[in-house]
Amino acid sequence: MSDLRELYQDLIVDHNRKPRNYGVLAGANRRADGHNPLCGDRLTVYLLVENERISDVRFEGSGCAISVASASLMTQSVIGKSLAEATQIFERFHGVVTGQSTGPDAIEGLGKLAVLVGVREFPSRVKCATLAWHTLHIAMTQPGAQPVSTE
Amino acid sequence: MSPNAPSFDDSFGRRWRSEFPLLARTVRGYPLAYLDNGATTQKPLAVLEALDGYYRLHNANVHRGVHSLSEEATAAYEGARDTVRDFLNAAHRREIVFVRGTTEAINLVAQSYGRDRLKAGDEILITGLEHHSNIVPWQMLCAQTGAVLKVAPLDEVGAVPLEGFEALLGERTRIVAVSHVSNALGTVNPVAEMGRLAHQHGAIILVDGAQAVGHSPVDVRALDCDFYAFSGHKVFGPTGIGVLYGRGDLLEVMPPWQGGGDMIRTVSFNGSTWNELPYKFEAGTPDIAGAIGLGAALAFVERVGRTEIARYETQLLAYGAGLLDALPQVRVLGRAPQRAAILSFVLGRIHAHDLGTILDMEGIAIRAGHHCAMPVMDFYGVPATARASLAFYNTAEDLDRLAHGLGKAMEMLG
Repeated sequence: MSDLRELYQDLIVDHNRKPRNYGVLAGANRRADGHNPLCGDRLTVYLLVENERISDVRFEGSGCAISVASASLMTQSVIGKSLAEATQIFERFHGVVTGQSTGPDAIEGLGKLAVLVGVREFPSRVKCATLAWHTLHIAMTQPGAQPVSTE
Repeated sequence: MSPNAPSFDDSFGRRWRSEFPLLARTVRGYPLAYLDNGATTQKPLAVLEALDGYYRLHNANVHRGVHSLSEEATAAYEGARDTVRDFLNAAHRREIVFVRGTTEAINLVAQSYGRDRLKAGDEILITGLEHHSNIVPWQMLCAQTGAVLKVAPLDEVGAVPLEGFEALLGERTRIVAVSHVSNALGTVNPVAEMGRLAHQHGAIILVDGAQAVGHSPVDVRALDCDFYAFSGHKVFGPTGIGVLYGRGDLLEVMPPWQGGGDMIRTVSFNGSTWNELPYKFEAGTPDIAGAIGLGAALAFVERVGRTEIARYETQLLAYGAGLLDALPQVRVLGRAPQRAAILSFVLGRIHAHDLGTILDMEGIAIRAGHHCAMPVMDFYGVPATARASLAFYNTAEDLDRLAHGLGKAMEMLG
């Protein structure tokens, strides 16, 4: 069962039960929707971007524990970051969970996000972990776009 | 064994299990508990040997060769057709068309029967239970012809009340298409009665039998249906093969579905003439091995006994339902009085995909998702359910492990 504990670590279970930065962001100047229709995960990411920096971020939606925990952890890791820094984190996270970036350095650079790395062993669940990030990316770059999907 | 569930003697299931090599596998270090038979079934040695034997000893193209190998292959292929005819109790072999699966069978009927026949304002009646394969082909046909799709509603136990169904039948109804057994909920539809009502209104009825044929006897003449479709891979046969049963007089007047070799009698650049039934609907080299494998699967099922299978699955369902009912956080959707051995449920606030992954880690295979029945999910207001779909090689232990896994999931994520 150790593999399972690697995926559903306490931090993930906690972030699923009590998602951080959850809700609508009044005064948001960017938003985007993400939806994986085949598995039923859907979420909205709200951003307040000031001087190319993410002053505030929220998300809301519903889905599996991996998608909710990932979104919650994401908001914690990008708040206060510049758009460029947030994009860097997105690319690093995406590279690791899709197995494209390997090696201990890649994982270490993720900080708390490393808790989701176990999803690599469950290919069908990777899209659950990346949905929030792709949605964030669209909110940052194409705020009026159609809902994004990682399916 | 659960103290709350009625115990039952699962020796029937355990005896036949040994015929299925894959069931001896381990998954993530655990013995496999395969509870995803609604998605596809495992294959007995008899089927594996038939497939292997065909390619080792009898492989040749069918119908057209004059050499011995071709005659052997043709005999085996056509022998499989006779096996299907007998399995369904159809009257004639020309009413048995080999296709890729249930989906292709329904598309064939929609396009060949419906396309030329339906006019704007004509109606097609389906139910709220249908799999996407018995929804989308009709939507496409409606878009092509201007016909209108009507949907008989579900009630809270996941059944289709006949009054609601009948109220939607009218003088413009041309086609009724219903599932025999719902893959998402396990509901068994009263298809014989639905057919009678359809005929009263001058409509034909197509029955989607994908989830039915592997689990209980099906008699197309007793059902008096006009079309019946099923997939080989859901009745312990190979993937890529399925059957459309069609009433002979209907198939006779329907235009061909696909054009090519074998479905013609003569071809010239001035025109071509069609072959007789069923070949008119079998263009190109068929899935010869698939059909032979399907024949072997049906013969195997007959050996086991479909009545015995149905009886055992009733007990399996009762045992499994008892286990799940004993877990306070489990809500089983689909509680129709007539039900197949399918348990579709939600567990507390846990998303079905998380549940599926947690069970997978213990070697238990269930399906988590919308089961290609998004309208059913919408009806219950859930994004997905977890589904355990049983077959006659499942045992009490498989279900015990499922229940135990659900408890573990509740501990972790509930």
